[in-house]
Amino acid sequence: MPAPRGATKRHNTLAPELAIKDQNREVELFVGRATTLFVLVVLMLGLLVYRLLELQLWNHDTYKSRSDDNRIRVQTLAPPRGMIFDRDGRLLADNQNASSLALVIDSVPEPTVSIGRIAALLELSDTQRSEMIARVESNRRPDAPLVVVDSLSEEQVARLAVNRHLIPGAEVVNRLVRHYPYAEIAAHAVGSVRRLSDEDLRRVDPVQYSATEFIGKRGVEAFYERALHGQVGYQKAESDALGRLRQTLDVQSPMAGKDLHLHLDIDLQRAGVAALAGRRGAVVALDPRNGGVLAMVSQPAYDPNFFVTGMSEAAFAALSTSKYVPLFNRATNGQYAPGSTFKPIVGLAGIALEATTWDTVVEDRGAFQLPGQERVYRDWSWTKDNSGGQGMVDLRRAIYRSSNVYFYDLASRLPIRDLVDFAGQFGLGRNLAVDIPSASSGLLPDPIWKQGAKGLPWFPGDSVNMGIGQGDLLATPLQMAVVAATLANRGRLVQPRMLRGIDTPLQNDAEASVPATQIAIEQITAEDWENMVASLEDVVHRGNQGFRRNGTAWAYIGQDIEYRMAGKSGTAQVVEISQGEEYDEETLSEFDRKHAWFIAFAPVENPTIALAVLVENGGGGSSVAGPVARAVLDAYMQKANTAAQQEMVVQR
Amino acid sequence: MIQADFQRTLSPYDNAANAPSRWYFRLHIDPILVGLLTVVILFGLVILRSAVDGNEALFTAQLQRFAMAYVVLIVAAQIPPHFYLRIAPVVYVVGLLLLVLVLFFGVFVKGSQRWLEIPGLFRFQPSELMKLAVPMAVAWYLQRRSLPPSFKYTAACLVIMTLPALLIGRQPDLGTSILVFGAGFSVLLLAGLSWRWVLSAGLAIGAAAPLIWQFVLEGYQRQRILTLFDPQSDPLGAGWNIIQSTTAIGSGGLLGKGLFQGSQSYLDFLPEARTDFIVAVMGEELGFVGVAFLLLMYLLIIARGLWLAAQAGSTFGRLLAGAFVLTFFVYVFVNVAMVSGILPVVGVPLPLVSYGGTSAITLMAGFGVIMSVRTHKAW
Repeated sequence: MPAPRGATKRHNTLAPELAIKDQNREVELFVGRATTLFVLVVLMLGLLVYRLLELQLWNHDTYKSRSDDNRIRVQTLAPPRGMIFDRDGRLLADNQNASSLALVIDSVPEPTVSIGRIAALLELSDTQRSEMIARVESNRRPDAPLVVVDSLSEEQVARLAVNRHLIPGAEVVNRLVRHYPYAEIAAHAVGSVRRLSDEDLRRVDPVQYSATEFIGKRGVEAFYERALHGQVGYQKAESDALGRLRQTLDVQSPMAGKDLHLHLDIDLQRAGVAALAGRRGAVVALDPRNGGVLAMVSQPAYDPNFFVTGMSEAAFAALSTSKYVPLFNRATNGQYAPGSTFKPIVGLAGIALEATTWDTVVEDRGAFQLPGQERVYRDWSWTKDNSGGQGMVDLRRAIYRSSNVYFYDLASRLPIRDLVDFAGQFGLGRNLAVDIPSASSGLLPDPIWKQGAKGLPWFPGDSVNMGIGQGDLLATPLQMAVVAATLANRGRLVQPRMLRGIDTPLQNDAEASVPATQIAIEQITAEDWENMVASLEDVVHRGNQGFRRNGTAWAYIGQDIEYRMAGKSGTAQVVEISQGEEYDEETLSEFDRKHAWFIAFAPVENPTIALAVLVENGGGGSSVAGPVARAVLDAYMQKANTAAQQEMVVQR
Repeated sequence: MIQADFQRTLSPYDNAANAPSRWYFRLHIDPILVGLLTVVILFGLVILRSAVDGNEALFTAQLQRFAMAYVVLIVAAQIPPHFYLRIAPVVYVVGLLLLVLVLFFGVFVKGSQRWLEIPGLFRFQPSELMKLAVPMAVAWYLQRRSLPPSFKYTAACLVIMTLPALLIGRQPDLGTSILVFGAGFSVLLLAGLSWRWVLSAGLAIGAAAPLIWQFVLEGYQRQRILTLFDPQSDPLGAGWNIIQSTTAIGSGGLLGKGLFQGSQSYLDFLPEARTDFIVAVMGEELGFVGVAFLLLMYLLIIARGLWLAAQAGSTFGRLLAGAFVLTFFVYVFVNVAMVSGILPVVGVPLPLVSYGGTSAITLMAGFGVIMSVRTHKAW
């Protein structure tokens, strides 16, 4: 630029005549520059306007929906779970309000820091803390509140409120959680819910369960999950950048789950628990008219509320590894040799297959031997000096005295296939229950099963053992309750069921409300049934006739009884006693002792309750299980009488 | 100076001599400019009213600041330009010293050291002063030289501009540093700096961009630029501001969601809604129409400002007034471009609208100077 250089030199001389010319030139220069720059300004503002048009007009829809996405959060609302009532309308499972702490993970800048703060603030234990971390890590909805602490005390709620600013994204939510008012007492009957797992989520409708925290895991809670769950609701809500709810825009309420009414009678359930008095065992009581389960006790039990409110790992480990298996439902899944409670079936099979009559007599000298075999099959009254035995026994006496020899002899003469088929008609070897799919089916062994399972043929001795309900034969307390009900019904088989009605109020009598699947046991006459019932009645009521003439249970439960009941004891061996040795409880370990059984029904003429009692390793059926059965029946009869009296008062 | 005074009356663009009788000339006020400024300020207060979200104290504080800004405007207009000319080098040197002081004694706010504080009395940003002092110093330097400036004088001007820009950049405050440099540079442009040089320099900087990227920019500054191209790469961190501000503006549409109805700002999705990002609130609540109206007002202010600058009676006055106008435009452009996602996020407030006092007062002082150079005959 040569020209300006020269001009500069002139300017430096400060010659006034040149300054005038420069001044005009500079003004022109300025105006030119200002004009150019102004055009530039207009162009650049035009660029801004173009950008605004792009954002606000051409792409308005995109940004509009983005803004709404920001603003509006659709939350799913968990439906209140249906409640479960017993037959008298008492709550077995309901929902209670619980304050819990939830985190919206998306809005928590540093989850680990927040968790540390929460743990310190609420004075949580290390286990609670690790549980919280586990839940955050396995979170599936980062934009929805995730419950990290289940139940907060009022003090904890207050502390959170005060320190809310320290924990962004945290909120105290009130939610309904499952509550089991009877805790251990009805645990195995009602079942329980568990926290929904990822595995569960693959099974259920993810939309319906998107807000649900718990799912039925056991018992009725599991089987009727669909009815109990209800339908998910939605809430459209405006929330701010921190995820806090500002206002609710639209709500579609969830539909509560249906209420269940069970046949269960919590009074009877309580009586069963009390009668077992801390011993391991099970009580199953059915209404023989419709199969309704009146009581289902399994001891030891657990408190299902712990699965809802959470328990420590140690507590859970204690529950799940205890050698007494409290989580195990003995009533439906405990499989035991039925022992002598199987004898009525063998006796009736003998009648049906014409292998015996009510008048046939067998001499019981305390032991039985198959022809040409050395092995001695002992009666329960057998002694080493061979002084035992019941003498001459017919079928009725063989029942009330529980003669082994009679049934050894009878079973050895019955074709095994026929005996198995006959016993199958009482529901053994299969799970008959309508709504307890997890129940075990027991084992009704036959030659085909034995060949398959053990690789051995069926020996005559197997039949002999089966005659007294031993050998490979296995049944659950629920199945034996069905046997008792079938005997009570004089041959009419009913399927056990927990449910009495869904969502409907209680019906006064259950008799016709549920159509039972009824299988009449053929080949047996009404007279045969009455004879058998009479024999079973003798087990309890036949007394004061001298030791060998009394019913086996009379001494324990039959002396002061106000109603007529029929029953059969059973004492199932757990380990084989060597030939020639006597059973000695003292020398056997806890889990090798005999199981005590008792099946019963009442009133004899028109039975409305049939039950099975099992006391694990309890000892003698009549002496140990019998009183339990009696106690439960007493409770039932007393309640029935009170109800009848009240009804009479009302009628007057 | 005597010659300058003499020259002024002969300027063919000078019509001030025709108008001494007008009242506003005697008051050294330009009613059109003040009117336009007031429209923008009132419009800005309406949107601020929404952006403060019920915080009356903030709104009142801003009202007080504007009252003060008007006083500054009028006082600055009364001061004759030759006074500015005289103090220009002094102010510049003092400002430079203060900037050095800031480096040693400055108060840290949000991670950068921009403020000087005399505890209990007051606290201010010397860099804000430099927005006025740098163009004044450059204009002071050039007014005695013949224009367009030679290479030597241009180089001297660049030194005058670069020293404070570097000091401010160290704070670090890249936004203000660029604005201060830009204010000085606009003087050079108005003084007739060769377009060819400007173009070559631009190309040189473009070529050196990778080196600048590598050695000059801090990590966070690089991140801001990257975020501009792909906000979704870090939607909750660096990208959040851009995503939320473009969402706010875009969702406003043609007419907006209505005043006080902006969900983006009310629900706290929009960061800095009262200060740097207030145009997003305007875009959301008043729509395209609202923002376009504001930009039109700004354009009119710029046009009027340049017109007044061209009427000035001296080179110093013209350059200074013109530079202030252009600086004002740079504010507007950088802010709106940043909020609408076409420039990286730098801390530049929207002139006369954003909450905050210093920039409003500086700007109004600048407009006072513009009116002063136009209305003072005596030189």
